[in-house]
Amino acid sequence: MKRLVVGAHYGLRDWLAQRITAAIMVVYTGFAVAVVLAHQPITYPVWKELFARGWMRVATLLFAVSLAWHAWVGVRDILMDYIKPDGLRLTLQVLFILLLASYLGWAVQILWR
Amino acid sequence: MASASAKKIRPKYLSLPAILFQIRLPVPGWVSILHRISGALLVIPFTAWLLYLLDTSLRDEEGFQAIRGYLDLPLVKLGMLVFIWAYCHHLFAGIRYLLLDLDVGIELRSARITGWIVIVAGLLLTAVLGASLW
Repeated sequence: MKRLVVGAHYGLRDWLAQRITAAIMVVYTGFAVAVVLAHQPITYPVWKELFARGWMRVATLLFAVSLAWHAWVGVRDILMDYIKPDGLRLTLQVLFILLLASYLGWAVQILWR
Repeated sequence: MASASAKKIRPKYLSLPAILFQIRLPVPGWVSILHRISGALLVIPFTAWLLYLLDTSLRDEEGFQAIRGYLDLPLVKLGMLVFIWAYCHHLFAGIRYLLLDLDVGIELRSARITGWIVIVAGLLLTAVLGASLW
């Protein structure tokens, strides 16, 4: 009989996801810095116009999704390392999922107002 | 006095003073723990703070000007400085880890050198960007 002894095999997937999302955020960071430098000086009309563009919204959304996913893997790692009681760890994990989901919802709300 | 049969007590729990003053962490260790600390800081409070700044500054002209004034407050600038450091250190250390995953710089010597580069680059960029804030 074939038996699975450990885990749910999410380790490799999370490891990979953390790296892919990291790469996306590195690219966005360079892109965002370049865009802001190219639009100096930043006044309100310039700022508003910038985030009204489709590509900027989509790129920023992609960054926000990457951040939420990346942060989840990181937060889970930290909680698994330091919080030993199962009940407390699970509670904190749920709270952090809610927090990160709220961040994402807020970002969408800002981008598509 | 030590005999081969002497059992070591495992796991060994360390006191906080031991962690702080007795264990001397090698440079890659510092990069690692600072990567973790900066990552935690970016989740709380900095993501929330930046979303707030983006939200208010994009709302209307008034909000934009309010954020302008807000960013001139010394305490806010100090917070911005910590954010810049956390972002830069996390970014540079992260790129180093991505390279390590690709087997780039895994020798002890190069790992120590890149560790120093990450720490210094993070602080340097923070200083440069911080200077432009003030």
